[in-house]
Amino acid sequence: MTKTGFVIANLFRKKTRTVLTLLSVIMAFLLFGLLQAVNVMFNAGTDFVGATRLITQSRVSFTQSLPLRQLPELEAVPGVEAVMYEQWFGGVWQENTQLIAFAVDPERLHKVYPEWTMPEDAWKKFAQTRTGMIAGRQVAKQFGWKVGEKLPIKSSIFPQKDGSKAWSFDLVGIYDGKDEEWQRQTSQIFINFAYFDEANQFGSGRAGIYVLKLGDPDKAKDVALTIDKKYENSTEETKTQTEKDWNAGFAKQMGDIGMLVRWILFAVFFTLLLVVGNTMAQSVRERIPELAVLKTLGFSDGSVLGFVLAEALLIVGAGGLIGLSLATGLGILVQKNAGAMLPISVDWRVWSAGLIAIAVVGTVVGLLPALRAQRLKIVDALAGR
Amino acid sequence: MSTLISIRDLTKSYERGKQKVEVLHGLTLDIPKGDFVALMGPSGSGKTTLLNLIGGLDQPTSGELTIDGKRIDRFSSAELTKWRASNVGFVFQFYNLMPVLTAEGNVELPLLLTKLSSAQRKKNVAIALQVVGLAERAKHKPRELSGGQEQRVAIARAIVSDPELLVCDEPTGDLDRKTADEILTLLQTLNREHGKTIVMVTHDPRAAEYAKRTLHLDKGQLAEQAAH
Repeated sequence: MTKTGFVIANLFRKKTRTVLTLLSVIMAFLLFGLLQAVNVMFNAGTDFVGATRLITQSRVSFTQSLPLRQLPELEAVPGVEAVMYEQWFGGVWQENTQLIAFAVDPERLHKVYPEWTMPEDAWKKFAQTRTGMIAGRQVAKQFGWKVGEKLPIKSSIFPQKDGSKAWSFDLVGIYDGKDEEWQRQTSQIFINFAYFDEANQFGSGRAGIYVLKLGDPDKAKDVALTIDKKYENSTEETKTQTEKDWNAGFAKQMGDIGMLVRWILFAVFFTLLLVVGNTMAQSVRERIPELAVLKTLGFSDGSVLGFVLAEALLIVGAGGLIGLSLATGLGILVQKNAGAMLPISVDWRVWSAGLIAIAVVGTVVGLLPALRAQRLKIVDALAGR
Repeated sequence: MSTLISIRDLTKSYERGKQKVEVLHGLTLDIPKGDFVALMGPSGSGKTTLLNLIGGLDQPTSGELTIDGKRIDRFSSAELTKWRASNVGFVFQFYNLMPVLTAEGNVELPLLLTKLSSAQRKKNVAIALQVVGLAERAKHKPRELSGGQEQRVAIARAIVSDPELLVCDEPTGDLDRKTADEILTLLQTLNREHGKTIVMVTHDPRAAEYAKRTLHLDKGQLAEQAAH
């Protein structure tokens, strides 16, 4: 027998109670894992991109488009290395599967986003094919698309000139991300802006936003100020911000997901603290004489505190690890089924937060009963006082 | 025979609410090595308090308490804990075994505080269980044992680290006559053949007869001594 063996044996003195407590911890950490992954997903853009790119949108709203005549003016701003423009297409695959689809100028996309990688031939083909479209590896894999296929994609916003919202594109390439993190973002599709601009019913010569690639990230603030000042008091006032801020703003359109997740997790863990804390307190109350005997035999106050604390950490640790593992598995399942539309991943960030939560919850629920055990007076405890 | 326990003018008082209750009043006593002493007396006479002090479970209010040459009345709580682990074995009325551990697990418990290897611990446990006649019940949990067998396990736990002194608080108080006699015979054997010094609190005069001598306490003072 070892001290660890003794702690484990004590945990299972009431099997039903231990199993039920373990299940509640597992459920709590399963929820934690999934919700934290959702939180990470919604914050991904904001953490992911730096200030090497700026986004210029209409000062009124990003749904208000800007005229393409601004393009050369933006290109002329000192510090701007390249400019691309894009328009949210509102793509829908088959019945009602939403796609993240943008109309872009292929060459400009290639220049401004070198993080998207694809054979040069495919880039050329994309530029040369008016009905061309490229798809990220994730989204192509999800729907089983192959290069060379003609794909019917509807737009929830833009009808063609004949009034039909059913568009058709030729898949000319599948792009990847330059590294693992960018690869996870390969959930967008890009269609050729020239074709879109000419064929849509709402008119031409306008784009939703401009994306500006900067030569020197340190000049981001100056460039943004220069651009917004240039269009101040014009009919096309602009708002220029970093890609990070723009993404954060975009995510916030969906509500404060982070706050919601935090509140749910607070409720979950508060309940968990009560459940496990009560179990531990009850468990210590039940064996006051046993703890007194341990001290009688020569186990120090610190050792007895350690035994009780170890029990709490063990049960929360085991439940937490099982819960997080289940969440990881479920995350993979969700990602497999929902794919690009819900790219949740219980990654190292979630696991790190989870491990911290295990340590904190385990310590908090174990500390009070452990301190009680530590302070126990042998003579009083043996006499039942 | 040299003195193992030397008690000089020992007092112990407790605070009960606002009241100070003096349980032992200036007790003086010597217990030689190899002695088997039964402490008797009415409830509240101070016999369990004296046993707790001798076993290092509590500290006196004043006076001197020397065991094997060490002034344990001067020990800090942590020092007493360490001293208990290697110098005293405890036997309680209700056995106080760990229900989650087997007989051998219970006996091994005090050895977890030593630096003995796992194999050496196992060997010592086997010997201790053999001494108390329970070698074949090593894998049984306390709930699978009779009261007498539980007390034997408790005695094995008390002797496994080979302490000089055994303190027993009503070791037969929860047992029938026959089983009590067996346990007392076992304690007698430990005293006679293994040289253990035993201090035993009991209410039962028949149990006291197994000791070499009986000390009667009354109102916190030594009232009478009788040799058997």
